[in-house]
Amino acid sequence: MMAAAAVPIALLLPYVIDTYTLTVLAIYAMLALSLGLVWGYGGILCFGQAAFFGLGAYGYAVGAINIGESTIAMVVAVAASAAFAAILGAMMFYGRLGDVYLAIITLVVTLILYRFMSSTAGDAYVIGKARLGGFNGIPGFPTLHVPGDPSAYIWGDALYYLCAAILVLVLILVKLLLSSGFGRIAVGIRENETRMSLLGYDVRARKTLLFTIGAAVAALAGALFANWGEIVTPRLFGLTQSAEIIIWCIVGGFGTRLGPVLGAASMGYLKFLLGQQSLIDNTLVMGLILILVVLFLPRGLVPALAGLWDAAWQRVPARRVQRRRRDLV
Amino acid sequence: MDLIAVMAVEFLYAVASLVLISAGLAVVFGMMRVINLAHGEFMILGGYVTITAVNLGVNVFIAMVIIAPLAVALIGVVVERLVIRHLYGRLVDTMLATWGLSLFFIGLVTVIFGNTTTGISTPIPGFAIGDYRINGYSFFIILVAVLLLAAMAVILRTTRFGLIARGTMARPDIAAALGHETERIYMATFAVGSALSGLAGAVLAPLVGLVPGSGAAYIAKAFITVIAGGPQLLAGLMSSATFFGVVNQLFTFTISPVIGEVALLVAAVILLRMLPRGITGRFFRERSS
Repeated sequence: MMAAAAVPIALLLPYVIDTYTLTVLAIYAMLALSLGLVWGYGGILCFGQAAFFGLGAYGYAVGAINIGESTIAMVVAVAASAAFAAILGAMMFYGRLGDVYLAIITLVVTLILYRFMSSTAGDAYVIGKARLGGFNGIPGFPTLHVPGDPSAYIWGDALYYLCAAILVLVLILVKLLLSSGFGRIAVGIRENETRMSLLGYDVRARKTLLFTIGAAVAALAGALFANWGEIVTPRLFGLTQSAEIIIWCIVGGFGTRLGPVLGAASMGYLKFLLGQQSLIDNTLVMGLILILVVLFLPRGLVPALAGLWDAAWQRVPARRVQRRRRDLV
Repeated sequence: MDLIAVMAVEFLYAVASLVLISAGLAVVFGMMRVINLAHGEFMILGGYVTITAVNLGVNVFIAMVIIAPLAVALIGVVVERLVIRHLYGRLVDTMLATWGLSLFFIGLVTVIFGNTTTGISTPIPGFAIGDYRINGYSFFIILVAVLLLAAMAVILRTTRFGLIARGTMARPDIAAALGHETERIYMATFAVGSALSGLAGAVLAPLVGLVPGSGAAYIAKAFITVIAGGPQLLAGLMSSATFFGVVNQLFTFTISPVIGEVALLVAAVILLRMLPRGITGRFFRERSS
């Protein structure tokens, strides 16, 4: 139903906002959805989703330069990021790290990548034909084109429709994943890890797999972002980027699929509007929003609105599997 | 011989700066279990207060040791009353709200001071040991770190405030039953932690040019030092600061400063992977207030 509603919305939006902005909003929505899946349904407090986003972008740039073609580069980007997530995830989950340590470690890993990528200027840091370029990043890689026809570039409006289509596709896949046995067990693990492992499910393997899937979605968003921006820089790994992803999800509401998507789109657009004026600092507003939402709307916008809707029609709240974030710890 | 002396000072300096960076967080996070992701920003606020005071003509040492900690403690009290107070025991929400605070302060500093590097010169001149020049200010940092550790040990172990604070953090219900106002003790402890962060930021300010985003450089180091340190506040702080300081300097000397930083963070991830317990047990104890 949601996907069916998303299609006309995606087609109508270009009449209101220009497609260049819309493209990045769709990419942000995909990125937020990846964290919404890992954190909201898997209960994994990942503070470093930006790491996989950035790796996806870098993976695409390096792949595209070396291969000279975009379709395989996309696959390379997603695969590289997912492999990194699988190793990191296995290390953390098989080490049975607590939630908060997991948060700190994912954050530290993001910082390491940021530091490392910022210091890769010079000829020593080369992957194949691609120079990593240090703080300035990698510009000038081949952008997305129709598979098999390297001269037919996908850009502008076409890139927007492609990103929107991929977003809808990812939404459907996430829905299917969550209604499958794997998704239900993931939610079960979020609710009570000990119980699920006593029931005989391998919690560590399942968490690692979910973490990897989330990273793959984030990498896909990253690869598309590289195409949109036509440059990748270490800023993709920055603390601000990590914080923003979490802000989107918190504002929208964890434990829903729509929440992160709407949160990302609305916050992304707000950031875009704030960027056009110089009176108030952008970071200041984002920080303030995060504090206020945590204090006054700890479940996020979508669950709060859904609650209002139910109350208005005097409906008994639907039996959605949803808990407040504070209970996840 | 000269090289060894210089290296010894450099190693001591690395350890001392880690102690300074982490001391405030050790109180706020180690004692109060408040994950303050705005710790780095508290530090740079201390630095900015110092720079402003020095530019207004205040003696640099007074600005660093007295004015900056007091100013940041005041900010800490305001933050505690407005935000942190509502979130005690809600670990993840505290993390998120303090991350919001961190962004807020970065924005605020950008608005006030602009997105440029500000700094003051080091007040103690360097001197030569044999063929090598050494930064005289390093000795001041080491001295401050040693005094700070001693003061914390004395206050926590021998004074009445230290006793009450430790008791309140352990069992707020019992402390309240004994007639202590736990709310105010939390506030005071948070203020002390903030003051320590402000002091650290102020003392380190002459060594680094401050930009609004500088706090990010401290936050990871501070957290891994405190977490790796474990439940014993002071012993943990000293041991993990020594370990990470040595790792950092070893790689800085042999390869490059950036690799030194990366090595520190990698060492932290590996250390946490190997020794995750002991800390967690303390950490997830339910607060019953």
